[in-house]
Amino acid sequence: MSADKGSGTRIIILGATSGIAEATARIWAAQGGRLVLVARDGARAEAIAADLKVRGAEEADVVALDLAKADAAAELDAMVAKLGGLDIVLLAYGALGDQKTLETDPTAARALIETNFTSASAWCIAAANRFEAQKSGALLVIGSVAGDRGRQSNFIYGATKAGLAALVEGIAHRLAPTGARAVLIKPGFVDTPMTAAIPNKGALWAKPEAVGAIIARAAQKGRPVVYAPGFWRLIMLIVRNVPAAIFHKTKL
Amino acid sequence: MNAASRFVERGDVLSWGRVVRRPQRLARPHFADELPALLDDPAATDSLLAIGLRRSYGDSGLNSEGAVIDMTGLDHFIAFDAGTGLLRAEAGVSLSQVLQLVVPKGWFLPTTPGTRFVTLGGAVANDVHGKNHHRAGSMGCHVTRLGLLRGDGERLELSPEENAGLFAATIGGLGLTGVIEWVELKLAKIGSAFLDVEIIPYGSLDEFWALAEESTERFEHTVAWADCMPAGRGRGVFSRANWTYEGDYKAHGDRAWKNMPVDLPGFTLNKLSVSAFNEFYFRAHRWKAGRVRQHYSVFFYPLDAIHNWNRLYGKRGMLQFQCVVPWASARPAMDALMAAIAQSGQASFLTVLKTFGDIASPGLMSFPRPGATLALDFPNRGEETLALMGRLDAITREAGGALYPAKDGRMSREMFRLSFPRWEEFAQAKDPKMNSDFWRRMAA
Repeated sequence: MSADKGSGTRIIILGATSGIAEATARIWAAQGGRLVLVARDGARAEAIAADLKVRGAEEADVVALDLAKADAAAELDAMVAKLGGLDIVLLAYGALGDQKTLETDPTAARALIETNFTSASAWCIAAANRFEAQKSGALLVIGSVAGDRGRQSNFIYGATKAGLAALVEGIAHRLAPTGARAVLIKPGFVDTPMTAAIPNKGALWAKPEAVGAIIARAAQKGRPVVYAPGFWRLIMLIVRNVPAAIFHKTKL
Repeated sequence: MNAASRFVERGDVLSWGRVVRRPQRLARPHFADELPALLDDPAATDSLLAIGLRRSYGDSGLNSEGAVIDMTGLDHFIAFDAGTGLLRAEAGVSLSQVLQLVVPKGWFLPTTPGTRFVTLGGAVANDVHGKNHHRAGSMGCHVTRLGLLRGDGERLELSPEENAGLFAATIGGLGLTGVIEWVELKLAKIGSAFLDVEIIPYGSLDEFWALAEESTERFEHTVAWADCMPAGRGRGVFSRANWTYEGDYKAHGDRAWKNMPVDLPGFTLNKLSVSAFNEFYFRAHRWKAGRVRQHYSVFFYPLDAIHNWNRLYGKRGMLQFQCVVPWASARPAMDALMAAIAQSGQASFLTVLKTFGDIASPGLMSFPRPGATLALDFPNRGEETLALMGRLDAITREAGGALYPAKDGRMSREMFRLSFPRWEEFAQAKDPKMNSDFWRRMAA
């Protein structure tokens, strides 16, 4: 057991039932972390909490909450009071949505934007305020490579993640002098329940365990923007720089 | 596929032998609350089967006419008491995951098959056995409770005391009594992660029997690799081991050092290459004969170091054969089996010979029983291979033996019924909603 490194680390996971969040939580649990799992589905979060305790978590408490509708600042305060401090916040919730539905149903599009961007921003801002004041801590936010360039197949989802990227970038800038950090993690294709309906997963697909390991490392040190796995930095560099005249001929 | 279905049709869902190639409708849930909806899914109208890491070789883990639930996403631990070694976990947790958790705390699986890439659910459904069968019996002997979701949505807890009949049918029940949701089992205490291993090359089956007999009392783990090619027939390498107190409690790493990314050409494993390999293997072991301290991953799971080693057998896949023959007829039966293989001109690459003890499993359909077991694998050469297996069946039958469904893809109904005399009792306990390609062949 790697008992010392990370032992007792106080961690809040927003969207704890997501595949990537759970894979990351297992790493923190094995290090003896103290975790608060926030998720809408309390029963699923309880199953994860029991698992994390067996894996070595010093604590794993569940807060059943609709993150998209909650009062972020007040809820965060309550969780921190219970934990007696805060070292890491991982924001991992978000909906993928179906692009075609979102294009024709403005209510659905608005709901997706509110969940993925508006509510996520409120949690990020609340965490940033706390980390700035205490001059320590790491805010880890799961974005997406879809936010790097708008594409016809998922630009509404992509736009919410692009917005979040700018927000986290700004928070990282603001926190830089204090010693606290903010990191945007941009996973590529990850084989999780969110993407279960996509058939024929090829070589570009990563396992959530691999992405979780990258996130746990990013909590310790590294750049403010982390691609997961790292090769996506190169892929997205190319994708971003393809001239529109050519890009528009693709079906991406 | 119906848009409302949670199942996706997949062409890449194969069993370990890679012979049967029929599309499977598959769903991969992550939480137990997702399971009831899968029972009512339109894709599962015909039938359902919960499957794990697909290490069964033939068709017992496939359900081409209905749907399959890939249980590997249900991989949560539920409870572990490091004082008593009692572990409860969801059925999709693999033996590999269990070991990574419990070895550093001084515990090990009560028994283990030759791969750690097996789920707990699969280990129970096939009542797997290991090199310590003569001391520990099969996996089912150590299961204290399990959770079963029946096809009608009822959730049951089974134990040797509670719902004992269904418990007995579920141990070794090939997933046909319902969806095994979680398993509770009693682990075994170890003194370190290492074993004292003794490697003894032997020249004939007579020597094997003598070694097996003298080793049973003194060694917790025994197994032999056997050569059944004409050039070296009867010889082999016997290994026997005990856990040692010398060493730390280091669990195995996650990474395999090799992967077999593609199917090798079908002719790779032939008489000549296997004979050459056997010669090499035998000589190498004669050279390193003696005592050696090995980590459990080296002793129990040598093949796990090569991911997808089954692709060694080429596109047509491989057929496994594993039988057990009772003591009364064991010696002549093994002689006859070895002779039949040598005469056939076909090559079994990984031949394993072992004696079973007399600890009875609670399972109605458990495979291990007192006697000796022989496991063979043959590259699939169609009729020729099936004909050889038919001859091996006849010898097994004559000897009053049995075949192992997890290793089968072609046994006859008759052979199945002779192997499992309580099959009718089992058929009564089978859940009408559950089915598999194997069971359709056996029950038709």
